[in-house]
Amino acid sequence: MADPMNIRIEGPSPAMQVAVDLARKSVWLIPVVVIISAAFWGIDGVLSSLYALAIVVVNFLLAAYMLAVTGRISAAVMAAAALFGFLLRLGLIFLAVLLVRNTEWIELLPFGITLISTHLALLFWEMRYVSATLAFPGLKPQATPNPYLPSSESSDSDPSNLSPSASAPDSYGNRGLSAPKG
Amino acid sequence: MSALAHTAATVLAATDYTAAEAKGIAGASSAGFAYGLAAIGPGIGIGYLVGQAVQAMARQPESAGQVQTTMFLGIAFTEALALIGFVVFILLKFV
Repeated sequence: MADPMNIRIEGPSPAMQVAVDLARKSVWLIPVVVIISAAFWGIDGVLSSLYALAIVVVNFLLAAYMLAVTGRISAAVMAAAALFGFLLRLGLIFLAVLLVRNTEWIELLPFGITLISTHLALLFWEMRYVSATLAFPGLKPQATPNPYLPSSESSDSDPSNLSPSASAPDSYGNRGLSAPKG
Repeated sequence: MSALAHTAATVLAATDYTAAEAKGIAGASSAGFAYGLAAIGPGIGIGYLVGQAVQAMARQPESAGQVQTTMFLGIAFTEALALIGFVVFILLKFV
C-alpha cells in the first residue's frame, strides 16, 4: 500500500470533467426552472431560481477545482481540501444568500426549492451516466474515426482527438477500456 | 429543539426585550442551531468517504481516476444533506 502523502493524481482531473459535464447538463434545466418558477412566483421567482441554479453550478465547479488542484499535490492534501472545502463552500453559499436576502427580487422559497432540487437532479442525472460508463465501458460514446471519410486517417495525430488510449484515462478514469473496433 | 427555544425565550424574557423580540431571537438561534446540527452529519460523512477513497487510491493507484469520480459524486450527494439543512435554516430565519 502506497503512502497517501506521496500519491499524486496526474493527468486531467476526473472530478473536474464531471463538474464541467454537470455544468453543461444544467443548461437543460434552465427552461424547466424558468417555466415552473414563472408559473408559481413570477419574475422574481425566476430570478431567484436562476440565482440558485448558478450557485449550484459554481459549487460543483469550485469543489472539483479544489480537488483537481490539491490532487496534483497529494491525496492527503486532497482529503483536507475536500473537508475544509465543504465548510468553505457552505460559508460561500451562506454569504451569497446574505448578500441578496434584502433585495427586492429574491424569493427565498423558490430559491431554496431550486437549490435542492437542481443539485439532486443534476447528481442523479450524472450518476446514471457515470454508472453506465463504469459498468459498460464499451458502450460509452467515443470519437471513433469514420472509415468512410478520407480525413479520418489523420485523426490519430490530432491533439484534439478525445478517444481514450491505453495510457491516458478517459473522462471517468477508465484506462484503455474501450470497445473493440471492428 | 423546542426546549432550546423555550430556554432562550425564557432567558431573553428576563431582559429588556419585548416578547416578540425575544421570540424572534429565540427562533433565529434555534434556526442557527439546527443548521449547525445539519452540517455535522455531512461533515462526518464526507470525512469518512474521503478517507476511504484515499485509502483505495493508496491501495490501487491505477484506479485513482475511477475512485476520484465516485468520490466526487459521493461528496456532492452528501453535501445535499447540508444544503437541505441550509434551506430549512433560511426559510425559518428569513421567511
